[in-house]
Amino acid sequence: MGVRTFIEGWPVYRQLTGDDPLGRGAAAQSKKSKSLTPRTAEADSVAKSICPYCAVGCGQRVYVKDGRVTQIEGDPDSPHSRGRLCPKGSASEQLVNGPQRMTQVKYRAPYATEWSDLDLETAMEMIVDRTIEARRRGWQDADDQGNKLNRTMGIASLGGATLDNEENYLIKKLFTAMGAIQVENQARI
Amino acid sequence: MPGLGASFGRGGATSDLQDLGNADVIVIQGSNMAECHPVGFQWVMEAKARGTKVIHIDPRFTRTSALADTYVPIRTGTDIVLLGAIINRVLTQERDFREYVLAYTNASWLVSEDFQGTEDLDGLFSGFDSETRSYDTKSWQYAGAEHHGDEQEETADSQESESGHSLGAGGAAVDHESIQRDDTLQDPRTVWQVMKRHFARYTPEMVQEVCGIPTDLFDEIAEAWISNSGREKTGVLVYSVGWTQRGTGVQYIRAGAILQLLLGNMGRPGGGVMALRGHASIQGSTDIPTLYNLLPGYLQMPHAERHRSLAEYIDSIKGANQKGFWGNADAYTISLLKAYFGDAATAENDYLFDAMPKINGDHGTYGQVMDMIEGGKIFGYFLLGQNPAVGSANGRAQRLGMANLDWMVVRDLVMIESATFWKDAPEVETGEIVPEECRTEVFFLPAASHVEKEGTFTQTQRLLQWREKAVEAPGDCTSELWFFYHLGRRMREKLAGSTDPRDRLLLDVAWDYPVHGEKQEPSSEDVLREINGYDRSTGDLLPGYTALKADGSTSSGCWIYSGVYADDVNQAARRKPGREQSLHAHEWGWAWPMNRRVLYNRASADPDGKPWSERKALVWWDEAQGRWVGDDIPDFEATKAPSYRPPKGATGVEAIAGDDPFIMQSDGKGWLYAPKGVVDGPLPAHYEPAESPFRNTVYTQQQNPARELYTNHLNEVHPSPPERGSDVFPFVWVTSRLTEHHTAGGMSRYLPYLAELQPALFMEVSPELAAQQGLEHLGWAHVITARAVVEARVMVTDRLAPLRIQDRVVHQIWMPYHWGGGGGLTTGDVVNDLAHLTLDPNVHIQEFKAGTCDVQPGRRPRGGEVLDLIDAYRVRGAVTMSSGAVAVTAELLDPQGKSRVEQAMAGATGTGTGHSAAEMEKVLSVRHDVRSRPGQPQQNGVDPAVLDAHPDTSLEGN
Ligand code: SF4
Repeated sequence: MGVRTFIEGWPVYRQLTGDDPLGRGAAAQSKKSKSLTPRTAEADSVAKSICPYCAVGCGQRVYVKDGRVTQIEGDPDSPHSRGRLCPKGSASEQLVNGPQRMTQVKYRAPYATEWSDLDLETAMEMIVDRTIEARRRGWQDADDQGNKLNRTMGIASLGGATLDNEENYLIKKLFTAMGAIQVENQARI
Repeated sequence: MPGLGASFGRGGATSDLQDLGNADVIVIQGSNMAECHPVGFQWVMEAKARGTKVIHIDPRFTRTSALADTYVPIRTGTDIVLLGAIINRVLTQERDFREYVLAYTNASWLVSEDFQGTEDLDGLFSGFDSETRSYDTKSWQYAGAEHHGDEQEETADSQESESGHSLGAGGAAVDHESIQRDDTLQDPRTVWQVMKRHFARYTPEMVQEVCGIPTDLFDEIAEAWISNSGREKTGVLVYSVGWTQRGTGVQYIRAGAILQLLLGNMGRPGGGVMALRGHASIQGSTDIPTLYNLLPGYLQMPHAERHRSLAEYIDSIKGANQKGFWGNADAYTISLLKAYFGDAATAENDYLFDAMPKINGDHGTYGQVMDMIEGGKIFGYFLLGQNPAVGSANGRAQRLGMANLDWMVVRDLVMIESATFWKDAPEVETGEIVPEECRTEVFFLPAASHVEKEGTFTQTQRLLQWREKAVEAPGDCTSELWFFYHLGRRMREKLAGSTDPRDRLLLDVAWDYPVHGEKQEPSSEDVLREINGYDRSTGDLLPGYTALKADGSTSSGCWIYSGVYADDVNQAARRKPGREQSLHAHEWGWAWPMNRRVLYNRASADPDGKPWSERKALVWWDEAQGRWVGDDIPDFEATKAPSYRPPKGATGVEAIAGDDPFIMQSDGKGWLYAPKGVVDGPLPAHYEPAESPFRNTVYTQQQNPARELYTNHLNEVHPSPPERGSDVFPFVWVTSRLTEHHTAGGMSRYLPYLAELQPALFMEVSPELAAQQGLEHLGWAHVITARAVVEARVMVTDRLAPLRIQDRVVHQIWMPYHWGGGGGLTTGDVVNDLAHLTLDPNVHIQEFKAGTCDVQPGRRPRGGEVLDLIDAYRVRGAVTMSSGAVAVTAELLDPQGKSRVEQAMAGATGTGTGHSAAEMEKVLSVRHDVRSRPGQPQQNGVDPAVLDAHPDTSLEGN
């Protein structure tokens, strides 16, 4: 390392001579941080997304590397959010990757005191059977005046407000077709 | 949101967030926007930097107040008094935008001679029946239209109002040709004069006495709002769940809507009503509803008695001789049935309408919970990204209901309290739930996150935005699209070949969605195309809802979303940067209806089609081109001239005159007075919250007489004056949100960053209250209601100023509601457990924003002692199943031989849905300990001795 390089490597020198007189940017940068690249630069792909928390609907850019989300940033293109995210939107990478995330089906048998594991296929079969059965048990053909009801009261559902329109559409369509009217969501709550 | 729907025709925010920047005054009431919609708040700040006056009205000084020009503290639950007094000032001083009001509102319409208002009936409107707790609305109609009351009130067999919520996309029916008017506004029966009488008692002095707002501060708000409205200026009203989570929430919104119409602020730049929806797709989940009383596009769910045929159903929506786009209800309905049932739906079989399930009562989420508690009615429950054990009112009732099911499917990202109630609910600690005795079978299915699936959310300004999929969902995680597609597929396979007519719809439903990938995921784009709709003969995607037909040749899964896939382009996925577009950014996403960004924008021009002023121009008539032009897509037929007048006998779209800007309304006008569509009054009136330490000073009537109650020992309401016992619960509690957390916490309490930012449940109290009750800053305290005891850390702060009301001081306690005890990196008591279930009769939304309580220092008791403490308060406070439950206060004061219990039991106050009086009798006659017995949480009822604890001395002063 030459003397000149040595002196230039000295933050105070850079602060006094460079264009960072307050020493908050380039002047204070260490060799280590200089060699770093942001996760956003290394991404294989970027998906355009929307924050799932509140109804502002801020634009998000989701950075992906090796099939994994590495970073989520605000999308500056969004006309109403203009690149900003609040603490929730900024934390949403943890929503995807955090240790809390459940990735296995769990089953609690009647009267059990603990969870047990179940594979998804078996769980689906059991749920289908129970749905058919509850639907049948709660069925009502008509009211006492003979007006048609064509419905089941044996099944109820409560959905969040973080579901997609397409999902809500299928939910309502299927429940209506099976005669289950007790479909509700958080808009009521 | 029927408050908006009944006033303007559609239940959505009328403008976009960017448009806040055009306002001359921004009034934020019932919303802590800086905290709850933080990134949207930048538009308020931008307006403020340009000189717009920002006023924040709220019980608590919040992050929003800190950035406002003026902060106005108000006692929670009294907003109608404040708004009513501003309306009164506008009316008596004639400060309205008169040309706008005459042209675009129903101010000059004549109301039926049979109508009597709160001035005549001391707080009630004509037509109330305390036996059914509901109004017959015949007398509220316009003169000459008295026979046109809302159907459901005519049957008046219950207080239910399934159609209340259905005004999301259109106003209520009314015959436009029979309307009589007086443009001088002098006839005592004009809406104008009716309003003038109605609001006369809403004075600045009343505001001071009821809201606790000094008269000089009142003057400042009123003058800022009024003087920044009119031809040259506009003001916007921003509200959020602080208004909607109320026993009279719809009427709050109505009051705001009336004021904005009088001031001429609707449909104009910088004006409107910005309804801030709570969560990512709340707007979407009412547009394409998962709600029992609605079908997509705010079409009503068919009703067993009122819709016995398709023709009857369509007629009930179109109405007789009605104006506006609901005139095409047949096209919307039949196109939906085609989307649902495909080729199986034909003209010959009435598009399978007869086979559709029908509703006939309140089947809402709280009624369901009551049915679960009672047992034997609901066997299985699906929870889809929802955590009612924490997020719903009266969490104890929720958990005890879940503990009484056969099975549940919980689909969520994390292990939420609603999945684990059988082992760690607070009721396990009290012995009310014993894991070994709780039979509920629980399936926990992990869900895909927002980046692991594609689809649209509809955010607060009706904007649909498409999300691309970034990565595959890990492990067993699946989307709701996957789950419901495969649930349906498997059910259909199992039932294939069934000849049971009950299975017909399930087998006929159009359910062939191609799947892709390893997990066999259906395509969201296919579903969005189905929602947009097709011309079924050509297979082309439709350009918009005006292309829908009533002959079965088109399909559309949600008519108001038709156009989202116009030209075979996913319009919701458009992402042209905002900086390359004009303010409203029409090429970013897609807004319903038809990508219009400012609703009712025809009203931004005068009746002749010219802008009211250059400064506030938005859409105007270009004579040369023969069409409406401007900076937004006209919310009007593009080539209908301002001079157009409908021919005699015209109905539907043809009947909309060239100066009728409210094209979804049955008379084309904004409704100052709502003869239909709101079940608890054509005008807003102030009632005290269902629990209040104060007597109503505005009327004898204490609470909203039409409020909806659930009578159950788990849901007892505290007495309010004039009933005795309210002094045991002298304080008022309010809940709301924090920026750093999200609803019931499932998406925030489990995240390290967010849990660190807000690490513990706390309560805010004033220094005065802290001194009075011996509460220490950072110490513990517990809040007590008849439903629950909740402990939290104490934060002593000036943010909650004590208010002087009547001639005493009231203290308010505030708590955020995101905590639960089951999981997450930060846990705490469930604040919503404190709440009672008293619902707005229009939308069945619970009252979260005002309740009475006591607060004591220290931690709460543990185990069964919690119930002992609650019982002690119930006995001391005379809380019973009949307290706070009488509909008409005048009858309570002068019972004429009817006991309070009988009065309280009148109407549909049953546990759950559809209980007859006889069934109620059964529930009530069951003898029980006050405390539920361990292991039998599902048992109902209460000791009759407690029910009638103070039968004859129940009124104050006795
Ligand atoms: S980033 Fe914050 S403000 Fe934006 S949508 Fe998400 S939660 Fe709402």
